[in-house]
Amino acid sequence: MSAVLDTHGHAGHGDHGHPPSGIMRWITTTNHKDIGTLYLWFSFAMFLVGGAMAMVIRLELFSPGLQWVNPDFFNQMTTMHGLIMVFGAIMPAFVGFANWQIPMMIGAPDMAFARMNNWSFWILPFAAALLVISFFTPGGAPGVGWTLYAPLTVQMGIGMDLTIFAVHLLGMSSIMGSINIITTILNLRAPGMTLMRMPLFCWTWLITAYLLVAAMPVLAGAVTMTLTDRHFGTTFFNAAGGGDPVLYQHIFWFFGHPEVYIIALPAFGVISQVIPAFSRKPLFGYASMVYATSAIAILSFIVWAHHMYTVGMPVQGQLFFMYATTLIAVPTGVKVFNWVATMWKGSLSFETPMLFAVGFLFLFTLGGFTGLVLSLAAVDIQLHDTYYVVAHFHYVMAIGAVFAGYAGVYFWLPKWTGRMYNETLGKWHFWLSAIFVNITFFVQHFAGLAGMPRRIPDYPLMFETWNKISSLGAFGFGLAQLLFLYIIVSAIRSGEKAPERPWEGADSLEWTHLPTPVPHHSFHTPPVLK
Amino acid sequence: MATGSARRTAAWALGVLGTAFSGLALALEWNLQPAVTRIAADVHSLHEYVMLLVTVIFVGVFGFMFYSVFAHRKDKRHAAAQWHENTTVELLWTIIPLIILVIIAWPATKVVIAQKDATHPDLTIKVTGYQWKWGYDYLRGEGEGISFTSVLSTPRDQIEGRAPKGPNYLLEVDQEMVVPVGKKVRMLTTAADVIHAWWIPAFGTKQDAIPGFIRDTHFRAEKTGVYRGQCTELCGKEHGFMPIVVRVVTADEYSKWVGERKQAMAAAADDPAKAWTLDELKARGEKVYAANCVACHQASGKGTPPAFPPLDGSKLVTSAKSAPMDIVMNGKDKTAMAAFAKQLSDVELAAVLTFTRNNWGNKTGDFVLPAEVKAARK
Repeated sequence: MSAVLDTHGHAGHGDHGHPPSGIMRWITTTNHKDIGTLYLWFSFAMFLVGGAMAMVIRLELFSPGLQWVNPDFFNQMTTMHGLIMVFGAIMPAFVGFANWQIPMMIGAPDMAFARMNNWSFWILPFAAALLVISFFTPGGAPGVGWTLYAPLTVQMGIGMDLTIFAVHLLGMSSIMGSINIITTILNLRAPGMTLMRMPLFCWTWLITAYLLVAAMPVLAGAVTMTLTDRHFGTTFFNAAGGGDPVLYQHIFWFFGHPEVYIIALPAFGVISQVIPAFSRKPLFGYASMVYATSAIAILSFIVWAHHMYTVGMPVQGQLFFMYATTLIAVPTGVKVFNWVATMWKGSLSFETPMLFAVGFLFLFTLGGFTGLVLSLAAVDIQLHDTYYVVAHFHYVMAIGAVFAGYAGVYFWLPKWTGRMYNETLGKWHFWLSAIFVNITFFVQHFAGLAGMPRRIPDYPLMFETWNKISSLGAFGFGLAQLLFLYIIVSAIRSGEKAPERPWEGADSLEWTHLPTPVPHHSFHTPPVLK
Repeated sequence: MATGSARRTAAWALGVLGTAFSGLALALEWNLQPAVTRIAADVHSLHEYVMLLVTVIFVGVFGFMFYSVFAHRKDKRHAAAQWHENTTVELLWTIIPLIILVIIAWPATKVVIAQKDATHPDLTIKVTGYQWKWGYDYLRGEGEGISFTSVLSTPRDQIEGRAPKGPNYLLEVDQEMVVPVGKKVRMLTTAADVIHAWWIPAFGTKQDAIPGFIRDTHFRAEKTGVYRGQCTELCGKEHGFMPIVVRVVTADEYSKWVGERKQAMAAAADDPAKAWTLDELKARGEKVYAANCVACHQASGKGTPPAFPPLDGSKLVTSAKSAPMDIVMNGKDKTAMAAFAKQLSDVELAAVLTFTRNNWGNKTGDFVLPAEVKAARK
């Protein structure tokens, strides 16, 4: 890539007067890098909170019988673990990456709507607070599962209402963030940075942002209908008044399936930056990656009822959703093949980011395969709402996305902070995570096949061994994430100074056109690409 | 070098775990339960067929990747190629998966169609999900008119660790659903409160039970025996404690069961003219309480507030009879308190009301008569 170097980049500071210091710097900031940092720390804090809940779940499931928590609290744990991980940990983490990376990758000085960006973030702590406060209301947090299915939601206490408002806030935050990302990408690209020259990370986020704008209002509608069913006498989901509980599921999953790709696509984007960098070879099939991502996004809107094969749809419905779902395997397959082809005949090295990227590839592909198994309506009826499904979605979106997130943090940390993390500890973090996560979730396939339903606090004796293994794996994985915290904090505080080009294979604008660490303000004048 | 030691430790751990898992997998329940119906058998073969395919693809894709990881390394001084496109290859790996999908779709479609065909049943049974038990009504075919509820029979002591757990822990009920072998049974599912799901893994039959709607599914069991499953849709606090047990018997045994059942139902019907004493009614009420109320309000009557309020010392329970009667019979809106008027008989309702008004610290000394319940039904 030939381009004229922009040397104003690190003139940085000062131009905008003195930013407030201390806490006010973070509350009033409109700088995309600061806001990215806020998003990332917030999401990691939420990851630890949601993770602690997972530990409670696995502790109770370590042995059959009720030992540690009562069934009601157990249901609250599974519900909040899901909501906090999806909306508090994974989604904000990738918005954090978007904030840091998109302006730098396309040669823009900042996000298009800098003040709205500040607001998008600062809504989140309030939403998280509502979720946490719900535990201390009469009746506790809702124990209905993160899918919030009607009509069980009508039986819950005030915690349910707090959760509904939290979902509203999270939705607003996501929509504002998405509008910002779309506008930034479409309007603020440097001259010469055509859409098809953008790093793939920007493409996956552009498509994700459209998914968010389309899907989040649908979820807001579903939970608002729940709210009015609870308090204002409507009967959207109550047959006694002409409603239908299954209507809730249709609306929820019309949001819920795109949501899966809202989580997965930015992860694809990170992986598509990391794998070429450590293969020292350009991404294979860039154009087909863009088309595959778009195809996945479009298909994601016509497969929602594959989450509902057991509600009793007509046979035509079962078949349509089965065929549409299996089709997703095609563009997803293209992506996996392209990543492997990128590695093929490269000059590979396995620093921590690359390890996590390959780990992602492994986990995601395994989850994709079980997804193919589950797409077949007849087989899904057997496996629906069992631990097989729990294993499947943790592989494909939960842990897959977490690994992609780690790959991204280790990859860009030197650029962001100017300091290197400890490579040895990073590798330990990877291997411990990879081994423990597979111990946790792989055995859940077996428990599910043998017939263990999900969301139960106690189980028949035949599932005991699998649950013991899974719990031990979960405890190990949980502890390994504290190592990550240590690695990052010690890198930021006292890490070795990063070289100007920490990874010689990385070639997007932030690596080639900006110094390390990147200045607070970059690309005052856009770089010119030829 | 520390990095090398990390890698060695990891390899060692993986090896040990791999061996341990393969041993365990042989010793444990790790696959679909043995099929007892044609549909379940079809689901098994479909599952195996797809797993085989997936394994081949897995080995192929990761074979390439791991070869690359092994051979195309910087530390082996492998120079990176710079190609990044190949239209032929890209078209091939789009079209070949499409063809594979069509090949899978054919057998999958056949099973889906068979699964949805609940026509021409020999026996029709309606199953109703309650928080947290199942109600069975034999609607058509031999045994028509039989009706009972089925509640978890595992003692609380086993669940809370005060007694050793039995072999069918959490998979045993007081009254099993009984069906004849080789007959097509159509199950109509519905629910009284929230969504439940009726599932017998060995039958490959799972159907959500949706309040206010009737859905159907079917099975034809080909082997006699006892088959066990659990509710599979989160339905509140006791979701994990409402198992399903189906006993498949020969045609003769089934006819015998139907005869006994009908006799028992006639015998169990309470004599409306019977004059009850307080102790009789309390004793009967204790049984009703144990089967219907104890999960939330607890044996101690203390409940688990605030979601499930205490009955012991409750002003409502000991106030004028009409107030507790109303709640027990008509339920409490927007809570898990069900309307028991539809589930229990006059005698059972009168008994359980009398019991709660005269047990623990509650001492009203009066009783609720079946006739009063009958009058309140209108």
